[in-house]
Amino acid sequence: MAVFAPWLSPYHPIDHADLMHSEEPPSRAYLFGTDNQGRDILSRVIYGSRISLSVGLVSQGLNSLIGILLGLTAGFIGRRWDDLVMGLTNIMLSIPSLVFALAIMAVLGPGLINIFLALGLTNWAYSCRITRSQVLFTRSLDYVVAARALGYGEARIMFTQVLPNIIGPILVVATLGVAGAILIEAALSFLGLGTQPPTPSWGGMLSTAREQLFTAPWISIFPGLAIFITVLGLNLLGDGLRDILDPHTTRQRR
Amino acid sequence: MLRFALRRILQFIPTILAITLILFILLNILPGDAALMSGDAQDKGVDPRFIEEMKKRWGLDQPIHIRYLTYLKNLAAGDMGLSYLRREKVSGLIASRLWPTLRLAFAAMLIAVSIGIPLGFYSALRQGTWLDAFSMVGAVSGVSIPQFWLGLLLMFFLAVKLPFFPVSGYGDGDLKHILLPAFTLGVGYMALLARTTRAAVVEILTTDYIRTARAKGLSDFLVNRKHILRNALILVLTTAGLQFGSLMGSTVVVEKLFSWPGLGSLMVDSIFQRDIPVTQGCVLLIILVFLLVNLAVDLLYAIIDPRVEYR
Repeated sequence: MAVFAPWLSPYHPIDHADLMHSEEPPSRAYLFGTDNQGRDILSRVIYGSRISLSVGLVSQGLNSLIGILLGLTAGFIGRRWDDLVMGLTNIMLSIPSLVFALAIMAVLGPGLINIFLALGLTNWAYSCRITRSQVLFTRSLDYVVAARALGYGEARIMFTQVLPNIIGPILVVATLGVAGAILIEAALSFLGLGTQPPTPSWGGMLSTAREQLFTAPWISIFPGLAIFITVLGLNLLGDGLRDILDPHTTRQRR
Repeated sequence: MLRFALRRILQFIPTILAITLILFILLNILPGDAALMSGDAQDKGVDPRFIEEMKKRWGLDQPIHIRYLTYLKNLAAGDMGLSYLRREKVSGLIASRLWPTLRLAFAAMLIAVSIGIPLGFYSALRQGTWLDAFSMVGAVSGVSIPQFWLGLLLMFFLAVKLPFFPVSGYGDGDLKHILLPAFTLGVGYMALLARTTRAAVVEILTTDYIRTARAKGLSDFLVNRKHILRNALILVLTTAGLQFGSLMGSTVVVEKLFSWPGLGSLMVDSIFQRDIPVTQGCVLLIILVFLLVNLAVDLLYAIIDPRVEYR
């Protein structure tokens, strides 16, 4: 949907502003109605998916990268480095991610690239923790010992032996992380610190919709529904992956 | 026990120090000249000599490590500096906003605990029934719903369409004003608690000691209460403590939505006004509340669960 936005949208999300038809309830011409500037809400919701999904994927990609690298090296090298990484991880965990992201946005200012950074640098702690604990568990398994006996270098063992075998749980954390990032981006845009108008983003649309809650409530309904369904889907995917990958819970959860 | 408590409290100090350092570095590389933002500068126009003077007055002309040490020294004495914009002590500004935020957060927690835990508990005991299905669908939805949207919907239906509640504001601190924001804030937390409780109870149900308890003829009530609930609560408590942080974080959005005069809305306003000392103070306090709650959870943990070693 995000990729095919230009073909799916009936109108242009920004340029098609028909002030004669502003704040119209959903109709056949405008399926989701129009906003205060007469822009088609359906088109804006479709285009908004680009922002949400790219923020979710890019920032979680960054988080996973940082988390995996730190977790792998912490688990492998151990000692001082491990203490340092785990100390940092615990500190990151003690700062609520929305508050952290807000503080970074305060420094960098609004904008899409800045959101990537604010969310991509603050939520790696979960990936790091899960990677490290998996590494500690895997490190003593036979195939790693065998690889070491064959004379593989540490880096080679890390990336070719251990990483592929522990990628499952990391993937689960990442899926849930994408959902979380989308929620935080929406919250930031809602507060006015995320993507700026007129760029259509779901959180930003809700932010302006609040003022028209009394006169045009449908403006609030659809962007929120879009966020909800996307995040719900990702959370269900994450849960499903966990059930499949974790032999402990497969029997018990269902 | 006392030694365990003392140790945990001592561990607290380096964490706080590290957090102040991260925040200080982060917020003080802020582009844009803070001296320009103060009230006086805007009155008198931009005169370079004046900016120098202002910088001196706010201590912004010193190197950053000296500023950090001064900041720490003042912080230890409870002084968070002056607001650039309002000329008031940050500590005073924050103190007046702390109580509304704490009220909101604890009200949300109360709602979440009193609905989420029983819901998770009973759906685990009645696995596969409609109650289980219903509450688990509700739980995954509760985690996924954007809070400000839920707040908007509640506002629309329960305050605009059906005027049961005031749309927003603090009122005189009455129950009517707090219910909608507290519920909005608590839903995600409630859903999480329900899921955690269910998972914990489901796991406990398969253990040997439950089978033994039933085999020796204990009543369902006793087994549920003493054997299942108590053991499940230990697991739930940990999640509850760790997730309290995201609850504190969400107060920012919910307070802004409902025009609640708390720390979160102060923080957002201060970001827009580039009032760094206030932003810094708000972030620090939100984190501090979260850390204190977790400290309390850890101590409680040691009381509930005799297996915790008081290392």
